[in-house]
Amino acid sequence: MAPTARTKAKADRVQTTERGAHWKQFAPRLVGEVMRAPFSWIRPEPWGIHVVPADAWIDPGKAVERALVTHGHADHARGGHGETVATPETLAIMALRYRTGIEDQHGDMPSMATAVEYGETIRLKGGVDATYIPAGHVLGSAQILLEHAGERVVVTGDYKRRPDPTCPPFEVTPCDIFITEATFGLPVFTHPPIEEEMAKLLGRLEAHPERCVLVGAYALGKAQRVIAELRRAGHIKPIYLHGAMEKMCRLYEEHGVDLGELRLVSDAKKDDMRGHIVVSPPSALNDRWSRRLPEPITAMASGWMRVRQRARQRNVELPLVISDHADWSELTRTIEEVDPHETWITHGREEALLRWHQLHQRRARALALVGREDEDE
Amino acid sequence: MEEFAALIDALVYTRSRNEKLRLIAEYLRNTSRDDRGWALAALTNSLDFPAVKSSTVRALLQERVDPVLWTLSRDFVGDTAETASLLWPEPEGERRPAPSLSEAVAELERLTRKSVLSELPKLFDRLEPPGRYALVKMATGAMRIGISSRLAKVAFAQAFDVEVEDVEEYWHGLVPPYDELFAWAADGADPPDIENLPTFRPFMLAHPLEETVVDLSDYAAEWKWDGIRVQLVHAGGETRVYSRSGDDVSATFPEMLDALDIPAVLDGELLVRGSAQGGEEGGAASFNALQQRLGRKTVAKKMLREAPAFVRLYDALIIEGEDLRERAWEDRRARLEAFLPRLPDSHFDLSAIVEARDFDHLAEIREGTRDAAIEGLMLKRRDSPYIAGRKTGLWYKWKRDPLLIDCVLMYAQRGSGKRSSFFSDYTFGCWDGDPDEGAELLPVGKAYSGFTDEELKKIDRHVRQNTINRFGPVREIERTLVFEVAFDSVHASKRHKSGLAMRFPRIHRVRWDKPPHEADRIDALKALIRD
Repeated sequence: MAPTARTKAKADRVQTTERGAHWKQFAPRLVGEVMRAPFSWIRPEPWGIHVVPADAWIDPGKAVERALVTHGHADHARGGHGETVATPETLAIMALRYRTGIEDQHGDMPSMATAVEYGETIRLKGGVDATYIPAGHVLGSAQILLEHAGERVVVTGDYKRRPDPTCPPFEVTPCDIFITEATFGLPVFTHPPIEEEMAKLLGRLEAHPERCVLVGAYALGKAQRVIAELRRAGHIKPIYLHGAMEKMCRLYEEHGVDLGELRLVSDAKKDDMRGHIVVSPPSALNDRWSRRLPEPITAMASGWMRVRQRARQRNVELPLVISDHADWSELTRTIEEVDPHETWITHGREEALLRWHQLHQRRARALALVGREDEDE
Repeated sequence: MEEFAALIDALVYTRSRNEKLRLIAEYLRNTSRDDRGWALAALTNSLDFPAVKSSTVRALLQERVDPVLWTLSRDFVGDTAETASLLWPEPEGERRPAPSLSEAVAELERLTRKSVLSELPKLFDRLEPPGRYALVKMATGAMRIGISSRLAKVAFAQAFDVEVEDVEEYWHGLVPPYDELFAWAADGADPPDIENLPTFRPFMLAHPLEETVVDLSDYAAEWKWDGIRVQLVHAGGETRVYSRSGDDVSATFPEMLDALDIPAVLDGELLVRGSAQGGEEGGAASFNALQQRLGRKTVAKKMLREAPAFVRLYDALIIEGEDLRERAWEDRRARLEAFLPRLPDSHFDLSAIVEARDFDHLAEIREGTRDAAIEGLMLKRRDSPYIAGRKTGLWYKWKRDPLLIDCVLMYAQRGSGKRSSFFSDYTFGCWDGDPDEGAELLPVGKAYSGFTDEELKKIDRHVRQNTINRFGPVREIERTLVFEVAFDSVHASKRHKSGLAMRFPRIHRVRWDKPPHEADRIDALKALIRD
């Protein structure tokens, strides 16, 4: 059947219409003059950022020949690439999740893994240099500095500026184009000091010794950070884990992150868990799985918990505002410190961050990347 | 203020009704005499500070925060008070101590439209975000945290071990901070005296009939009129008109105040004169005409002349000091019929009993009520006492079936409150001609209810994947999705481009299967206009 005019119009639009383009009053696509020949070697495409002369993609949303991966979260790291270039920690995480770099037992093509340490520079095809720099997001997370023809581009992946006992801190790297995330790119987002959130959590636990506190936290990064912060706050009791958390926690421990005594919920009796903290993926919070716990108080560790109704939507009784992303002040401070010629915004609340650039006479544009998590961390 | 803010937050995050009751009761018991009454007033939405409006708060913020960033934030958060509490710039230097709840109330009461812009910021500066949130919610008169005033009263009764029915009875004679109520419940003083006060008595309400079939020897049938349910009270030489929620709407319908000068509490439907409703009883205009009169604090003479109000009586709770509520409906009805001649017929008539041979005959009569613009039927157990609230088996409402039309989704907007992350407000349209001949869709209505949570998720995904344009918070959607929209009636309207206004439209079914060109045309909708 021939495509109707309507479906054709839709197909055209996918290629030509950019997000927010029609909202001119609020979100000019490009603040300042348009860039031309310079930086033509780096191109934002719907599926990721294309480093043209190197024939490589950064955090591509589909399988490609050569992928430079910033960190192990699923919306940045996907399996099936021909070659994956990442930090050793990120490669270890991907090996756990996708068997990246491990020969497939069915005899499929083994994918190749190239490890790059923090601070190390590798030369890619076409005369592009790539340097991996800590991003402070999760274990192994990196910004990637790309240099070509005297031009410098930094791709942050996801990042935060707050201290995190599980990974080295973000390093400010001067560059011409700064490609940033904007997950919490609205001025309502201020992540409080994590010590306050830990005090809330431990206070609630103490007030209900006959119950347990069930903390929903992402299995990669957030869970281990929460556990490490609990230890730093002097909480030495065993912490119980949902089965889906175990391997990632062991991986963190192998990389030198001390998580103290961990036990599995599946090995425990209900009564053993009274007065203890249990950590599970957010999806298990309201699942039948949680019935085995002793009267759990439902908590969730996420930057979205700053907004009451977001917490309510998840049936959360104890919202913990803990995020591995930069909040509004971290984002804007970082852009001021990096002071790039132009900012590109990959995903999140890009309209507000564009507006901030406009108010501060800085150049910025929003990219339309497909498949980045829009509403959740 | 901080303890009250902590209570509000705890209530926001608590699902269990019992736990909410426990939290409120504990707060009321443990809070100072100065504060507890104001907290109860805030929880029952009984506070109003005319100088503080949502627009005042917006204006204050827009002086301090870029208007575009404000709009984007408000759109994301879905609540003005919360957005304001989060965006308020922290004061420089040391924070002054937070005010107590009663201090905050006193400050708010002092505000005038002129002083609010300079004084309210000083209160904000003394509070942290949760305190600012609670303050704005309280000051603008709507907490909207899932606590009904009924729940707050049940919690009050639980806190001091008294009967909630007694609390309801005394409630409307009292004003915040309810000193007499606390004196009675908490300190064992005599109950408040409401005998000679024109106070509201809670309405008796009906359950939807649904699949139930009743025997007409046990139940009487009566029309359900399409106006607003009111209670008229005359006591202590004063008359008041109360709406269904117990709000005093006397000022909106001043012509009713002189019409009742005998001590009584009457239950009926307020309507305005016209010709669209009532058939042989005659006299009532469509709801559309009544709507012009709602929500006014003062009424122009012209309006009183052109659309005078009257009450079609259903029931009598008290007549000349005699409380009839324990008596059977049949007795009360007889008393009401005997009482009617003493009321001016310009302002009162009686809702007639619908006579039917049997239930099937009644169903037939109900089917035929469409043209009369009647909402449906009421079925009342002949021996039912007048009991506050909804008690199963006593009264049923049997609304006529809604009208249905197929429309195409055109625009979507994020919802508020717990739906703030979902595109849940939909504008839909009908064709202004033959869609295969190049007709256009014209918006005919907006709806934000009628779908399940599962459907909402699916529609939300559809909106995100089919957005073709953004106008601020509004998304224009590829015109592919058909909604079957249910509505109660449709009226001519000059305010809308389509020339139509639907009453109470809601999504009846999502027609994922139906191609958009098969949706209905404007003409089909116009044919349903009855006024």
